[in-house]
Formats: sequence, structure tokens, C-alpha cells
Amino acid sequence: MTWDDMQPLLWTATQETFQMVGIATLVTLLLGLPLGVLLVLTDQGGPLRNRPVNKVVGAIVNVGRSLPFVILLVALIPFTRWVVGTTIGWQAATVPLAVGAIPFFARLVESAVRGVDRGLVEAIHAMGGSTWAVVRKALLPEALPALVSALTTTVIALVGYSAMAGTVGGGGLGNLAITYGYMRFETNFMIVIVIELILLVAVVQLLGDFAVRRLSHRGTSAGLLSRLRRA
Amino acid sequence: MITTKDLTKVYRSGDRQVTALDGVDLHVREGEVYGVVGTSGAGKSTLIRCVNMLERPSSGTVTVDGLDLTALAGNEHRAGRELREARRRIGMVFQHFNLLSSRTVQENVELPLEITGLDRHARRRKAAELLELVGLADKARSYPGQLSGGQKQRVGIARALAGDPKVLLSDEATSALDPETTRSVLRLLRDLNQQLGLTVLLITHEMDVIKSVCDSAALMRGGRVVESGTLTDLLADERSELARELFPLSEFGTGRPDGTVLEITFQGDTSGQPFVSQLARTYQIDVNILGAAVETIGGRMVGRMRVELSGSHQDNVVPIGYLREQGLQVDVLNGPNGLNGPNSLDGLTATNGAVA
Repeated sequence: MTWDDMQPLLWTATQETFQMVGIATLVTLLLGLPLGVLLVLTDQGGPLRNRPVNKVVGAIVNVGRSLPFVILLVALIPFTRWVVGTTIGWQAATVPLAVGAIPFFARLVESAVRGVDRGLVEAIHAMGGSTWAVVRKALLPEALPALVSALTTTVIALVGYSAMAGTVGGGGLGNLAITYGYMRFETNFMIVIVIELILLVAVVQLLGDFAVRRLSHRGTSAGLLSRLRRA
Repeated sequence: MITTKDLTKVYRSGDRQVTALDGVDLHVREGEVYGVVGTSGAGKSTLIRCVNMLERPSSGTVTVDGLDLTALAGNEHRAGRELREARRRIGMVFQHFNLLSSRTVQENVELPLEITGLDRHARRRKAAELLELVGLADKARSYPGQLSGGQKQRVGIARALAGDPKVLLSDEATSALDPETTRSVLRLLRDLNQQLGLTVLLITHEMDVIKSVCDSAALMRGGRVVESGTLTDLLADERSELARELFPLSEFGTGRPDGTVLEITFQGDTSGQPFVSQLARTYQIDVNILGAAVETIGGRMVGRMRVELSGSHQDNVVPIGYLREQGLQVDVLNGPNGLNGPNSLDGLTATNGAVA
């Protein structure tokens, strides 16, 4: 295969990977973040401490995390069909991707939020703040650098998972690597795809690290941040 | 302004019980600076946290500005609306400042106002005012990480004042600071107390804090208040442990056995009188000064002097009466009617031994 043959295939597959990872990240963020915060709040000593809820949520997260992704991919087929109406293509792959990443991210969120000084929670209580104020004014803003770092790790894991999803008809770069690189013995193409994946992961990591540095540097990006917080 | 009645707090873990507060009655009057002192583990931290219900007392009541906080709904981890609103009128400063590192100084001071729902302009104006008050107007845009400990505590104080509280609780606010900074933060608390009429309840393990800012003090030990009162009253009571700690006289000499040893305490107005020379002139007696100290405690001059008059107690009844008439507090440390009492020389030596 020449570069000209590879290019359009690569382009389409890259777009698919971006879409898969993008949507899965968004869903993970929307569901994993509250779940992680809930784990901290309902824990012993948390403002909403509730042993049953904490145990149940913790158990779900643990089961979700311990299932190998390949198994999840297959086991979720009925659910995937119900959600997106199909079981092949990149759209179908986003469902197990998100489901797999949510508990993973939730645990990372939990440990990030736990890292916030308890004194700050007490300060918010002492000034008459509610649990919601504790979350919004203290826990999330103070944990923000750690949360961004957690999100970076999650996105990188999703890129890896998305390649795996490609092997079972999920589309994207993984699918391309299997169908061309492996089944058709296009070794050169395989190498190109592997390099692209490596670059992709490296770029995500760099962006994530940059954001974390900016956020914990305290000074430069504060204007935007504080506006976001009060919005 | 703050009254606790028979306050107890028992921590239970499994079948073990720890009594942190054991029937504490405290009365802080409006506009005064009240210091609670004690060693760590005495229960003072639990006490101050019970005042704004960061800890729920096991029994007893806490009344702040006429409102019984123990009656308001909520537990330690989650407060009901009424309790949250009551807390907004009670400022609190912490040993480790508890500032948000992700916010600028100004945003930290605005935080309580965001919680009350004040609009942006009013918040900004109030924060600027408060930072001016604590002397940090030029640091509004800095982050807590860029400030010294003393500056951080000033931010903490400005934040605590944002809701215009009548009461300020200070939980070991100067314990993480060096002596120089401690003095300047205490001076600020004193100024705020006088300018704003703020009632301050502070806990500390340092006697110097009590000495330099408090009007009243309480000594805690084993979850109980062992002693309490205004500094003036405490210092006038020579059995007071607090007074002895605040103003130790242990190193003074005890005089000759045939003389009469007096301990004279003078405060406020009486500290200006040249009573020793008056005494010597009026009664033609010799006065031997064994030791003396003058200090400023709670903004008042307080002095103590141990003097020896020649002759027995009976010989000196008239001069002693004269000193008492001058408004001085006179304790006779030896003499025929003090031999077995708490004022006897033996008793004194024993107490001194305990203090040393």
C-alpha cells in the first residue's frame, strides 16, 4: 500500500476514534464526576454519610473496574443495541467505552477529592455553607488540578480501549489495524497506525500536563477559572 | 453574648467513651475578649467547635446572641437552614487558616458573601473594605500560597468578618505563627474588638495570648472549666492558678522570720501611687522591698510587690489598714493569725514549689 492509499483510510479512522473517545469522555465526565464526589460525600465523616449508598455505589464501581474490557464489550451488546440501535461501528463502541470508563474515572475523582484539606470543608460549614456549597466552592475548585490529571489518564485509557473495540467491529484506528495491518499483512500500514496512536496518546498527555501546570500555578488562568466557578 | 450551660461532649467509638467536655458553663459578655486556655486534650478545641455546632454537644445548651443553637436542626456533618444562617453571624478563624489555595485573597474574602448570595459589586466592595481593615489591601490579587503565615491569618480574619458577625471564634489562631507575628495578629484582634465592638472567644495554649488581649479568661483541664473570671478579678485572687501563671512571683524572696511580709497587688488607678514612700513617711517605718513586678495584662497595668515591714503583724496593723484604704490588695504572708492558713509561709513555699 502506498501513502496515498493509506491516507483516506487513516483520515476516516482517526475521525471515528476521535468521535468515539470524545463522546465517551463526555459521558464519563458527566456521570463519573458526580459518582466520584458521591463516594466521598457518603463516606464516613462526609457531609452526606450514608453507609448503604456508599457500599452499593462502591461495589458497582469495583465490579465495573474489575471486568476486563473485552468481556464488557461483548456482555454489553444487548444494552448497546438498546441505546444506539446497532452493535457495530464506532457509534456502538462508544457505549461500552463510556460504561467501562465511568467507574475508572469515578475512583480517580474520589481520590482527587479526598486529597482536599478537610479544614476547608470545615471553613465552609463554619461560614454557613451547605453541602452543595462545600462541593462547589471547596471540593471541586481545590481538586481541579488533580481532576484534570485524572481526566487525562482516563482519555488515554479510552484511546487504548477504543483500539480494542476496533477489533470487534468498532471502527476507528483499532479496526483499521486489525483489518489491514493484521489480516492483510500490511506491516507498513500497521506501523503507521501504531505511530499515530503513540502520537495521539503523547499529545493528550502533554495537553493534560500543561493544563494541570497552569491550574496549579495559581495566577495566570485564574480570571477564566473564577468566572467559570461563579457562572 | 455566648453562654454555654452544662455542656458535655462524649465521643464514642465502639464500647470506648471519651469525655471531651464535662459540664462546661461559660459566659462571654458582649464586647469582651474571652480566652480559654489549657493544655492540649483539655477540651478547649471541642468547646469552641461546639459554640457554632461544628461539633454537636452530647448535652447542654449553647446560646449565641440570644439564640439557642442547640435547638436548631442539623448534625455535625450537615446543618439545617436555620443553623447555617446562624453560623453566618459567627465568624471563625482557624489555626491553619483554611484558605482556598485556588482563589485569590480577595476571592477568599468574598467566599462567605457568595454563600449568602450577595451580588458581585457588593461583594467586591466589602472585600476591599475588609482587606483595608486588616492591612492587606495591596495583596488582594495574590494567592494564599504567596503570603506569609501572618498575612494568611489576616486574610482568615477578613474572611471571618465578611458577614458582619457580632461574634468571632478564634481556634488557636496564632499557634502556627512566630512570636512577632503573633503579637501583630493579636493586636489586630484587639483593635477589631474595640473598633467594631466585636465579641471574641479565643482558645489558646499560650498564656501570653491571654495576657496581651483578653478581658476574661477560663482555665480548662480534663474537659472542665477549673477557673474563670475577668483578669482583674483573677489577679486579685491570690489563690488563682491563672493569676499565678500570668504573673508568677515564685522567685521572690521570703524575708526574715521576725518581720512581717506583705504581698501587695495593685491594678489600674492604684498603680500610679507612690505608696511605699507614703507608708514610710506617714508611719515612720522601714519598708524592705523583697521583689516587685509590673506588667500590662489585658491593657491594664498590674503590679505585684512583696515587702517586709519590721516588727510582728500586730505592730503593723495600722500601716496595713492604711494600704488597704488606698485600694490596694494586701495579703499578709506570715504573722500570728496566718500561720496555718493558706497565706502562711509554709503554704506559700509549697505552692511556689508546685509552680516551679
